[in-house]
Amino acid sequence: MKQIWLIFLKDVQQEFKTRYAINAIMLFAIVTLSAVSFSIGAYTATTRVLAALFWIILFFSSMSGLSHIFIREEETQTADTLKLVARPSSIYLGKFFFNLVLLVLLEVILIPLFIAIMNFKVVSFQIFLLTMFIGNFGLAGGGTMVAAIISKASTKGALFTVLSFPILLPVLISGISATRKAAESVKLMDAQNELQALLAYGIIIIVASILLFDFVWNE
Amino acid sequence: MSKLWKIILYTGLALIIVGAFVWAPLEPKILKEYTRIFYFHVPVAWICVLFFLIAAYYSFQFLRTKDLLYDAYAKISNELGILFAILATVTGSIWAKVTWGSFWNWDPRETSIFILLLIYGAYFSLRSAVEQEDRRARLAAVYSLLAFVTVPFFVFVVPRIYFSLHPDPVINTQGKIHLELRQRVVFFSSLIFHTVLYLWLFQMRKTQVKLQMILRLYKENKMLEE
Repeated sequence: MKQIWLIFLKDVQQEFKTRYAINAIMLFAIVTLSAVSFSIGAYTATTRVLAALFWIILFFSSMSGLSHIFIREEETQTADTLKLVARPSSIYLGKFFFNLVLLVLLEVILIPLFIAIMNFKVVSFQIFLLTMFIGNFGLAGGGTMVAAIISKASTKGALFTVLSFPILLPVLISGISATRKAAESVKLMDAQNELQALLAYGIIIIVASILLFDFVWNE
Repeated sequence: MSKLWKIILYTGLALIIVGAFVWAPLEPKILKEYTRIFYFHVPVAWICVLFFLIAAYYSFQFLRTKDLLYDAYAKISNELGILFAILATVTGSIWAKVTWGSFWNWDPRETSIFILLLIYGAYFSLRSAVEQEDRRARLAAVYSLLAFVTVPFFVFVVPRIYFSLHPDPVINTQGKIHLELRQRVVFFSSLIFHTVLYLWLFQMRKTQVKLQMILRLYKENKMLEE
């Protein structure tokens, strides 16, 4: 538990020195959001389209930043030292919590901007925020694991989106569906299926990642 | 595989083709002439799921034993899997055109086979990106198992959220398969013979890979001696 916290703190401190991941992820979100808003113009899109657009922006901006956490370890060649001082599962969880915080920060910026710029009317904030909260676990869990795989492969960058898209698609599909329901109905029970799917996905992907992370990390 | 088995397999497959086109009665209400593709589409789709399980099994075996032979087996079952996934997509797409009116309309079943193709694509692009052999095997095995964990979501969760037109409800209601006797005979023998054909192909590829490995080891030893 202490190890997880220490690795998390180390990554936060390192991030504040360069602020690379935060800048990349935020600017990517803002650029895509303005590109989407610019090309749609005054046309008011349906909630179905808006929910899909929201998740596409969220997915691709998180893809631009989540892989950084492991690639940095390889670039500065600190991966071996980290291997010596900590257990693989606590490394995975430390990195996972860092990515989780990164995603929450992204959403704190993206959600108000999206609602304001795209004129997205959320009827039930309860469903919307729950979807975001549970969806984050799946996104960060799968994203962190694929980032670890990518950092060990020789080519980096473009491959990350290709590999994580099929893995993270369940989050995307249920997330889009739940977000649409948040804009249409008030009752929490309407989005029950989607929220259950997101929760189950998050738990399964995190457990599988903890089990498999050892094989990626130790050579 | 002995000669007798080959003869049984070939005649069996020929009989199934004849049976599907001539002998088995048509479903009179909805499908009519299009019933025939059912005898080929379903076995192919079933094999493509079967291979996916086999690939996950060999990936697991590789991680457990670190034997590169298992990695080669996982790779060839993925190669055969992508072949059958493409066949299932094409036959399904033709069927969709004649019954639903369009080749592709993102029905949940179409989505899940598309995801399967994406996973194969990602698997092979990951393999091509890594140079070192043991590292490539490890990363590919981990990715294969990670993908395997997410597949139940496409099978059980997505069809629950989105409405499906796939004919399980027509043929398979309340867990019972409503087929006439002749249809049933052709369908199940097609399923069995296709599975045997697939396992035979897999077996041949396995032997080939094994021989390649032995040959490589032999060459390396020879070079060391010189």
